[in-house]
Amino acid sequence: MRTRVSLSPFLKGVSSDTVFQFLLACLAVLSVLVLAALLLRELIIGAMPALSAFGLEFLFSTEWNPVVGEFGALPFIYGTIVSSLLALLIGVPLSLGIAVFLAEIAPARLRDLLSPVIELLAAIPSVIIGLWGIFVLAPFVREHIAPVLMEYLGFLPLFKGPAYGYSVLTAGIVLAIMITPIVSSVSREALLAVPRLQKEGALALGATRFEAITGVVLPYARGAIFGAVMLGLGRAIGETMAVTMVIGNSPQIFTSLLHPGYTMAAVIANEFTEATDDLYLAALIEIGLVLFAISMVVNIIARAITWRYLRVPGGS
Amino acid sequence: MLGRKLKDRLFTAFCIASTAFALIPLGSVLYTILAKGLSVISLEFLTELPAPAGQPGGGFGNAIQGSFIVVGIASLIGIPLGITAGMYLAEFPNSRLSRAVSFTADVLTGVPSIITGIFAYMLVVLKFGGFSALAGGVALATMMIPFIVRTTEEAMKLVPWELREASLALGAPRWRTTLQVVLSTARFGIITGVLLTMARIAGETAPLLFTAFSNRFWFDGVMQPVATLPVMIYTYAISPFEDWHAQAWGGALVLVAMILALNIGIRLVAGRRWQ
Amino acid sequence: MRWMVLLGVAFLLLFAGCTGGGKGPEGSANSGKSGEITINGAGASFPYPLISKWSYEYYKLKGVKINYQSIGSGGGIKQTMAKTVDFGASDAPLKEEEYRRMPGILHIPETLGAVVVVYNLPGVEQKLRLSGEAVADIFMGKITRWNDPKIAELNPGVELPDEQIVVVHRSDGSGTTFVFSDYLSTVSSEWREKVGKGKALSWPTGLGGKGNEGVAGLVKQNPYSIGYVELAYAIQNRLNYALIKNREGKFVEPSIESVSAAAAGAVATLPKGDESWAEVSIVNAPGEAAYPISSFSYLLVYRELSVIPGMTEAKARALVDFLWWAIHDGQRYAPELHYAPLPEEVVKLNEETIKLITYQGKPLL
Repeated sequence: MRTRVSLSPFLKGVSSDTVFQFLLACLAVLSVLVLAALLLRELIIGAMPALSAFGLEFLFSTEWNPVVGEFGALPFIYGTIVSSLLALLIGVPLSLGIAVFLAEIAPARLRDLLSPVIELLAAIPSVIIGLWGIFVLAPFVREHIAPVLMEYLGFLPLFKGPAYGYSVLTAGIVLAIMITPIVSSVSREALLAVPRLQKEGALALGATRFEAITGVVLPYARGAIFGAVMLGLGRAIGETMAVTMVIGNSPQIFTSLLHPGYTMAAVIANEFTEATDDLYLAALIEIGLVLFAISMVVNIIARAITWRYLRVPGGS
Repeated sequence: MLGRKLKDRLFTAFCIASTAFALIPLGSVLYTILAKGLSVISLEFLTELPAPAGQPGGGFGNAIQGSFIVVGIASLIGIPLGITAGMYLAEFPNSRLSRAVSFTADVLTGVPSIITGIFAYMLVVLKFGGFSALAGGVALATMMIPFIVRTTEEAMKLVPWELREASLALGAPRWRTTLQVVLSTARFGIITGVLLTMARIAGETAPLLFTAFSNRFWFDGVMQPVATLPVMIYTYAISPFEDWHAQAWGGALVLVAMILALNIGIRLVAGRRWQ
Repeated sequence: MRWMVLLGVAFLLLFAGCTGGGKGPEGSANSGKSGEITINGAGASFPYPLISKWSYEYYKLKGVKINYQSIGSGGGIKQTMAKTVDFGASDAPLKEEEYRRMPGILHIPETLGAVVVVYNLPGVEQKLRLSGEAVADIFMGKITRWNDPKIAELNPGVELPDEQIVVVHRSDGSGTTFVFSDYLSTVSSEWREKVGKGKALSWPTGLGGKGNEGVAGLVKQNPYSIGYVELAYAIQNRLNYALIKNREGKFVEPSIESVSAAAAGAVATLPKGDESWAEVSIVNAPGEAAYPISSFSYLLVYRELSVIPGMTEAKARALVDFLWWAIHDGQRYAPELHYAPLPEEVVKLNEETIKLITYQGKPLL
């Protein structure tokens, strides 16, 4: 390491400290702000033809017809929302159960053993979960879960057959599996951060563990838990591979969860390389823009909340 | 009206059941990968090129090679940029610029991976007229940078200010303090963050679908398309050929083994370090 | 700082170690050796089994790498238009607008194939007989159960299960879809009005699979499903397929012979390689032995190859040599993969087309 940078006589009076800070700032701006700006710029430029051709109607039209050049994003927005909500419906109770178990019920050694094991699930790449989804989960849903649902709940339009294995339900299950590690680990941190005095106070007053947890600990941590749920939602919305491998890729809105669907990320993955005319490609990029916007909003809310309650990065 | 004790028991049972339930898919995935993938792994599988459609044999050699290369390119771009930005946030946290960068980096960690693919397609594939390993590297770097910024920042923030002050008090200039004192002290956390991020992007498929594309042959230069493990697994998984399905599981085993080994290794070492 | 240097060195070693290693398809010791040419192509999944066989054999023969990715005809056309690949492949000929946007593009039919209607019907061993209207109705969602009278009357004596039909179609832009919908538009006016013909359709019902591979995979895994794929995919995956009623009223089994019969009538009137092929179609062709859902598959190449970024004279020459080989020697691999070899007249037509290819104005053959 040499000594001072000698830029005099040009910069007489400017210390190396300032230069250092300046250089570092430039690199930081480049890596992050310029990157983000470029990203946004390319998306908007790419989507422009569709933005000007369809306007706001794009978000509400169900017509996805490349043959005649009519593009509407509603089936994909619908599919993304439904599969993500399903993921939350299945995944959040599970994650909370895990979080409570690990934070409150399990002995410390079990917690230290199981926590990283559950987080290991998050390390498995999406395409491999999708692979498992195609060959293990989808047949299982088709042969065991769907028939049961159709049998007992088939009167609801939500569960009308036939039982395709590839469906919005399967995608919801896959997403639930994928968001459980992050929702449960952030919730676990939140529960561990609750001051012991609160819980002990409740127990001292004669509450059962269930009452102490649900009456005192969970409410105390509810802000951070909400943040955790939002993080999970953000993850579910952007998930591509595992979803496209099990959701059936059908650009239609069906009411039944047992029928195939399509999400924003999945349609981009499937049709991007072959959008032959500019409008088609622009429509796909516009979907990308919408996806970007939605997941940004969810993520900002999530991080603001977890930051406020936990001072924890929550998810990197 | 359920008795209080009963509710308590049921609740505990629910929590235990949830945990067990969550372990089922994990177990199933790992079990299936091992069961179906192990029989496919052979020297041929790891070192040879893929065979034509419908013809048995061949391997994922080029995909394994390609994954290393694309992750390598992404790292060359992403690590320097990420670490320096993280350094800035840790060392000069009290400016408006710093807060803006921090916020943006946070937001960028949530970008769906397919979007980074669109970005790299427009920036690299269209500009240079072809699919390339470079485009794939750029897409992955776009994912990497925000994570490395955050982990570097956190690792460096853990270094107590007193250390910096001591160094400055001894007359060292700021840059020397940061680079020699803080960075050194935080190096463990930084490297951990970098390695974990690399493991994460190694498994990403969506950014590579229309950037690095794929290749039936070996790596041929950064401006040519290249095969990668995740894309190969995907292509083979959705095909109708049974021996391609088997090879997809083999590829999955290789990929998961590499990623899990890295993750577990880091956690073991980091765990011991921090205790 | 030493650890930083060590880390950097480790990286470089990893990098360098990777760029030279590995064994080629015959176990030959060096790959990535300079001087080996790679030609990138992308497009239809329809001829993919054949083209991947060609690239394997051609590499053994000449050491030239033909890297072809199956992404669908739509993708092939798009990437050829964007000049991100050296050649494209599509079963759908270029539409008029596409042709106009790609000045200097040549169509080179490299093979013939059949689009077959595959199905997964547990308990039914034999090949079903279907008419064009029945197929159209199934894929439009008008016929929803396997034991529908319209299917039963075409298949007397066959025990059809009372199950709902799971329709499988393409989720990507597909020439196979184009050929299939071209046929359905010809035989069903309702289909023509409601759905139309094209590479990507607004499907009234069903699951979407990516590529011929995806559709075959879905049909294989979903009992009571029905889909459409190129013949090679049906046979390689032991999927059952239907006999389709042709123009003369005969139920014809898709095969090399019946596909060649379908092409026989059209060969006299094919356009020149550099003209528009938008009107070429051999679906529902006349002839008793003709299989009604047959199609050419085309390689798309620019006449003046220097328009492609990264093209060199050596690469251009290699591409032209490969094309010449494909339409001559390459044809011998077609029958074993269930593609029909090109008729003599088409080979001659292609020879004229390939002779038109130039690099910076210089003809390459």
